Amino acid sequence: MSTAATAHDDHHHHAPTGLKRWLFSTNHKDIGTLYLWFSFAMFLVGGLLAMVIRTELLEPGMQFVDPEFFNQMTTVHGLAMVFGAVMPGFVGFANWMIPLMIGAPDMALPRMNNWSFWILPFAFAILISSVLMSAFGAGHPSAPNFGWTFYAPLSTEYGPASTDLFILSVHMMGISSIMGAINVIVTVFNMRAPGMTLMKMPLFVWTWLITAFLLIAVMPVLAGAVTMMLTDRHFGTSFFNAAGGGDPVLFQHVFWFFGHPEVYIMILPAFGIVSSIIPTFARKRLFGYASMVYATASIALLSFVVWAHHMFTVGMPLAGTLFFMYMTMLISVPTGVKVFNWVATMWRGSMTFELPMKWAIAFVILFTCGGLSGLMLAITPVDFQYHDTYFVVAHFHYVLVSGAVFSMFAAAYYWLPKWSGVMPNKLLGELHFWSSLISVNLLFFPMHFVGLAGMPRRYADYALQFADYNFWISIGGFWFGLSQLFFLAVCVLCALKKGEKAAAKPWDGAEGLEWEVPSPAPFHTFETPPVVK
Amino acid sequence: MATDKYYVPESSPWPLAASVGLFMTAFGGAHFIQQATDPDKFQGSWGMPLFFIGLATLLFIIAVWWRDTIKESVGGLHSKQLGISYRQGMLWFIFSEVMFFGAFFGALFYTRWMIVPWLGGAGSNAMTHELLWPNFQAMWPLIKTPDGTTTQAMGAWGLPAINTAILLTSSITLTIAHHALLEGKRGKLIGFQAATVLLGVIFLTLQVEEYIHAYTEMGLTLDAGIYGSLFFLLTGFHGAHVTIGTIFLFVTLLRVIKGHFDSENNFAWEAGAWYWHFVDVVWLFLFVVVYWL
Repeated sequence: MSTAATAHDDHHHHAPTGLKRWLFSTNHKDIGTLYLWFSFAMFLVGGLLAMVIRTELLEPGMQFVDPEFFNQMTTVHGLAMVFGAVMPGFVGFANWMIPLMIGAPDMALPRMNNWSFWILPFAFAILISSVLMSAFGAGHPSAPNFGWTFYAPLSTEYGPASTDLFILSVHMMGISSIMGAINVIVTVFNMRAPGMTLMKMPLFVWTWLITAFLLIAVMPVLAGAVTMMLTDRHFGTSFFNAAGGGDPVLFQHVFWFFGHPEVYIMILPAFGIVSSIIPTFARKRLFGYASMVYATASIALLSFVVWAHHMFTVGMPLAGTLFFMYMTMLISVPTGVKVFNWVATMWRGSMTFELPMKWAIAFVILFTCGGLSGLMLAITPVDFQYHDTYFVVAHFHYVLVSGAVFSMFAAAYYWLPKWSGVMPNKLLGELHFWSSLISVNLLFFPMHFVGLAGMPRRYADYALQFADYNFWISIGGFWFGLSQLFFLAVCVLCALKKGEKAAAKPWDGAEGLEWEVPSPAPFHTFETPPVVK
Repeated sequence: MATDKYYVPESSPWPLAASVGLFMTAFGGAHFIQQATDPDKFQGSWGMPLFFIGLATLLFIIAVWWRDTIKESVGGLHSKQLGISYRQGMLWFIFSEVMFFGAFFGALFYTRWMIVPWLGGAGSNAMTHELLWPNFQAMWPLIKTPDGTTTQAMGAWGLPAINTAILLTSSITLTIAHHALLEGKRGKLIGFQAATVLLGVIFLTLQVEEYIHAYTEMGLTLDAGIYGSLFFLLTGFHGAHVTIGTIFLFVTLLRVIKGHFDSENNFAWEAGAWYWHFVDVVWLFLFVVVYWL
């Protein structure tokens, strides 16, 4: 791709400085940076909660926390990771990269962009405050304790007082996500440089466009679900109460109508990232670009008609069970297309294995593991055995941690030179990668075994026969958690601009507009749109 | 006068300030609801003032934020392309609203087609019915719940039918106003838009009348079982949207009088009109599936 006009440092606008620069920003790069740091902070917070879980499960029996507090840990760990770490993380990448990739001066609606971000710290302040109050015995006696899926009646009839805080904070996260998604869609549709046709867009832009559509479609449904919870809790409505003619199962339907597209919201941008990185380091064009676009769209559309596969054991008419089972299995077709294309891109490429590529390849392999266990879970009679066991925990952590999170690490190592102007520290990066790769498998792989053997999820204790595996799972957990400190060091060094200076295009196989602006990317880029030929 | 350069606004304090307002609204609101509905369990009364201070802050900040935007628009800083961004943004926002109502309509259909028949023993649920609530009879509207709460169904052909006529008329008056805007006929525009706002206010007044009737005479309340829950949440959220739409149209009416719009530069006006038509369509669905069938 070549451009007629390259970006230049713009001297007549001067960038705002100090605290105002960050608090009042209308700049997609600064807002992207804020999102990414926020996401990383929540990743560490959610990780700390997971450490509490793994400490308790290190040995059978009750050692460190009481079961009530354990339930709060699993709940808030899930919420912090899903809504605090993974979603905002991808929004951060979108903010930084989409305008650069399509040759736009900024996001389409810059002030709304800043609002989307600043809602998040406040929403999480509300949520996390209930954990702190619970942990230190002040105010609310319990943080949300019903699992991240907050099923009724656990969250309605039996929910702790902090449930109402949780509900309002979910509303805020929803507002933030919807505004962020509208911004992405409008930016992609309306801000592309001349010549940047839809089918020339980098796949990261495509996957984010489709993700944004999913967000706008399902975050309001989540808002509806928590609103019904709130009125059931305080205004006497009977949505989830069979005595009044409602049904707790209704909650599950509404929740999973949001929840299933939500899991694709957390993985489609990862597909886009990996589809950008693999061609760079295989030094070949992406194999099957158009099929990647269609596969992404198919996955997104199918995601609306598979939600009840989370509810096979709850019970539904046989026709429903069969429908949701077949639809779910159908998703593996477009997903398989993607995995095939990534492998075919690498086939006979001039491969090198810089850090982003290492993470991307680990992603392809480990995500595929998670995808295959997902296919197993899709088979209804088998799911009756697996449901709510550690097999499910293993499955979704393979796709979320060694899937979504690994893709974010890949993206960070890939684009950090562009953001900061310095190359990420190689030694720390290698340590981070290998240490994470080994520990993540030690952490999650044995969960398949204990799950198949019948260990249920969300319990603070377990039967003696699971003790050995759980010991090693916990060791893997602590190891994986500590490994992330390497990444913290990498990020801090880049933020302080310590390291080897990065060229405008630090990866010689890279293509795309983002590599045509200098590193670090100047405060304003593409104020005059480039012409894409 | 539109420019060709895309307008990227300078840094602005309003997003952060609006987030603070939203935070106070949410944090205060959660405690307000707790303290108001369950005063024995939740002592204190600070939730309410915090909620209202938060709400006032939020609305005030949004007002000054949009005042800035209007100034920029009137000052000719907005490019055509930015107008397109605004329009697309508004359409996607309306799509999100459609999905929000979709959650409640989905709950309605699931209740009518699944929950109530199942509670009555349909499908493979004969034993559920026999063991849990053997006297329960499946029907819709559900005027007697499994635990014996009774209520009355809201008929379609009284106030609701009149309200339907009012909203449909308001859509017509708004469309006439829209044509007047595009043709530059100010007098006609102001007249028909004012009529639309007035119809919105009449609709809301009648809706309040209906609620009072439901609560005082019919025993149809929020806690009268699933029928009341669905009735009030669906019509209530619709009413809230009519309120917002009426305010929206009132503000653009004031801006019409100030001469802010012409046949080219009229995003806010059209956004208000789109929003109004959306609210109208939601009502038609409501009328058919909540009141009528």
